[in-house]
Amino acid sequence: MVPKVEKSKALELYLEQFKRLENGAGGPEWLRPVRQAAMARSSELGFPTVRDEDWKFTNLTPLSKKAFAPAAAETKLSLDDLAGFVFRGQESARLVFVNGRYEPELSDSCAQPGGVLACSLRQSLELQPELVKLHLAKYLDYEHDFFGALNTAFVEDGGFVYVPDRVVVERPIHLIYVSTETPSPAVTHPRNLIIVGEAGEGAVVEEYVSQGGEEYFTNAVTEIVAGPSAVLEHYRVQRESRRAFNVGTVRVQQSRSSNVSCHGVHLGGGLVRNNVHPVLAGEGAECLINGVFLPAGKQHIDNFMRVEHASPHCDSRQFYNGILNDSASGVFSGRIIVHKEAQKTDAKQTNRNLLLTDEAQMDSKPQLEIYADDVKCTHGATIGQLDDDAIFYLRARGVPEDTARTLLLFGFAAENLERMRQAPIRDYVESLVTEWLPHGEVLKKLR
Amino acid sequence: MLEIKNLHVNVEGKKILKGLNLTVNAGEVHSIMGPNGSGKSTLASVLAGRGGYEITDGEVLYKGRDLLELEPEERACEGVFLAFQYPVEIPGVGSIQFLTAALNAVRQHRGLEELDALDALRLFKEKVKALHVSDELLGRSVNEGFSGGEKKKNEIFQMAVLEPTLAILDETDSGLDIDALRVVAEGVNALRSPERGFLVITHYQRLLNYIVPDFVHVLVDGRIVRSGDKKLALHLEEYGYAWAGDRDPAEAAAS
Ligand SMILES: Nc1ncnc2c1ncn2[C@@H]1O[C@H](COP(=O)(O)OP(=O)(O)OP(=O)(O)O)[C@@H](O)[C@H]1O
Ligand SMILES: [Mg+2]
Repeated sequence: MVPKVEKSKALELYLEQFKRLENGAGGPEWLRPVRQAAMARSSELGFPTVRDEDWKFTNLTPLSKKAFAPAAAETKLSLDDLAGFVFRGQESARLVFVNGRYEPELSDSCAQPGGVLACSLRQSLELQPELVKLHLAKYLDYEHDFFGALNTAFVEDGGFVYVPDRVVVERPIHLIYVSTETPSPAVTHPRNLIIVGEAGEGAVVEEYVSQGGEEYFTNAVTEIVAGPSAVLEHYRVQRESRRAFNVGTVRVQQSRSSNVSCHGVHLGGGLVRNNVHPVLAGEGAECLINGVFLPAGKQHIDNFMRVEHASPHCDSRQFYNGILNDSASGVFSGRIIVHKEAQKTDAKQTNRNLLLTDEAQMDSKPQLEIYADDVKCTHGATIGQLDDDAIFYLRARGVPEDTARTLLLFGFAAENLERMRQAPIRDYVESLVTEWLPHGEVLKKLR
Repeated sequence: MLEIKNLHVNVEGKKILKGLNLTVNAGEVHSIMGPNGSGKSTLASVLAGRGGYEITDGEVLYKGRDLLELEPEERACEGVFLAFQYPVEIPGVGSIQFLTAALNAVRQHRGLEELDALDALRLFKEKVKALHVSDELLGRSVNEGFSGGEKKKNEIFQMAVLEPTLAILDETDSGLDIDALRVVAEGVNALRSPERGFLVITHYQRLLNYIVPDFVHVLVDGRIVRSGDKKLALHLEEYGYAWAGDRDPAEAAAS
């Protein structure tokens, strides 16, 4: 039952844009009905409102009232402009997208015949058409997810990563989404598909950054398919402009004994929705959701976790820590759903938050839906300030108060950073967090 | 070096210290003993500068200066060190990072050159070795998951690194096995010098076999009710604190 919604200005515009794309005619034949169904569905669903249980703490009015259009194709970026984001020599492939468009000049794709593939989604339709057809849009629930439906309707390009069975990719594959200055506010719908075969292993970093872009809308979807015993570390590093909108969904489908980590680092964005939705579909699968979000100014970051245990003997761990400065606001919703057949589930969730000012605000909401009877589920949330005893302990050793606070804030985030196993990414994230922290420069001397 | 005069302290409106007098000269070791809740930790906290204490009367001079107007970090830089009764666990903050920050703040204040990360680490390794403490603690977050004994040894290690002028040990011996107790005692004895003073708070005479005090004071209900030399500690062990509160028969007769 979908209540009738009046179409917002933005939605009207998206429908128009869709028509101009000949109702989703681009790309392979099989994709067209999917696009059309998704567009129809997003039109029916409309923008979520705060009356919607899952959107209670995030008001989307600024987004639904604003006109965003795809950016015209022209970019003058060089690799030097990306120097701050690229781990040169430490990545096994790099895919760069500027305003949603794949930039082969800036990229370093990887396409070994029958081997590892890291390329644009468009290229993958030629190189691995069957694989794409088998998995694209098969996991994301666009029936119930407005933004997912919108992304699916406009599926055009994104990153494609394929790690075949038993292949181990040691260095991370890096996807960089760059937003540049555009004549009018731009929208992009990045769509990533990551497939790791049986006992394959890899790491993928998705990074969202701004190089001159101010007010724009990134509506990203990533589908991850982890085969039996596959191991994947997935990172989303979100450094959008402080006026940008970023809605991102990571949908993970896990087979038997697979092990997937979803790391999130959210520093940017004016209004951010971070959806992470793993489904533990095979026995003995494990997933880790780990991240930090650090809003300041008037930023709003809404983290929405939905962990589905659909098979027995699966473990899930969620650790999300937030530090909120100025009049920033944050949300953590952690839903754990344990299906009837998912006996021996072990699910754990912690969300800890520090408010640095009286104006900062945090809403934390665990939700357990348990239909099996032999399960272990724990959750805990804290919202508070730095521990006075810890501050005093440091000061009593001679550490100035500012430095003491900075050390403790870093320590708070460090618990999450330590779970990031890819050293170059962890170092990079550490330096981002250090830069973000008030008086962060004092930490540089302590390395 | 330290002069406490008629110190009155309230905590949350409750009178805890009620006119405490104590003088510690350079080179001396003073021990403070007293029953639970008599105000020993309160005294230590006030000297180190913890917030939440209301000084209603009296003063504390340290090297001739008003100690109470200094921030906790200034006191540390000036050479005041408190070994906490309950050291704080600080997850995520590496011991080396923390101690480098502390050491360099103190060195800078004392007009010494700051040490770079490598030299600082070398110094820490020397100190753990000299104290016969496992250097494993350097690789961990500050006190995180440490046993009670490990925490106390870590306090002594920090003291050895920071080389204070006035060290206050708040029940650093409580709950320690004999080996850990020796570490604590050796740490203190190694620092003993004509320039340094120590205030050793303890419940047990046992520690004082290893750290031989010049003076022993008995703190009961916020006041020092009796002072003496190390023999006083033995008496206390035998007769308890109730005895100490009573006036000496000879004194009573004289008044
Ligand atoms: N933060 C506080 N709030 C309220 N009362 C306090 C606080 N800190 C200490 N007190 C009270 O002050 C009194 C003295 O406490 P203090 O910790 O100084 O005693 P102590 O001599 O160190 O005892 P112990 O031997 O048990 O360590 C006690 O009655 C205690 O309950
Ligand atoms: Mg005490």
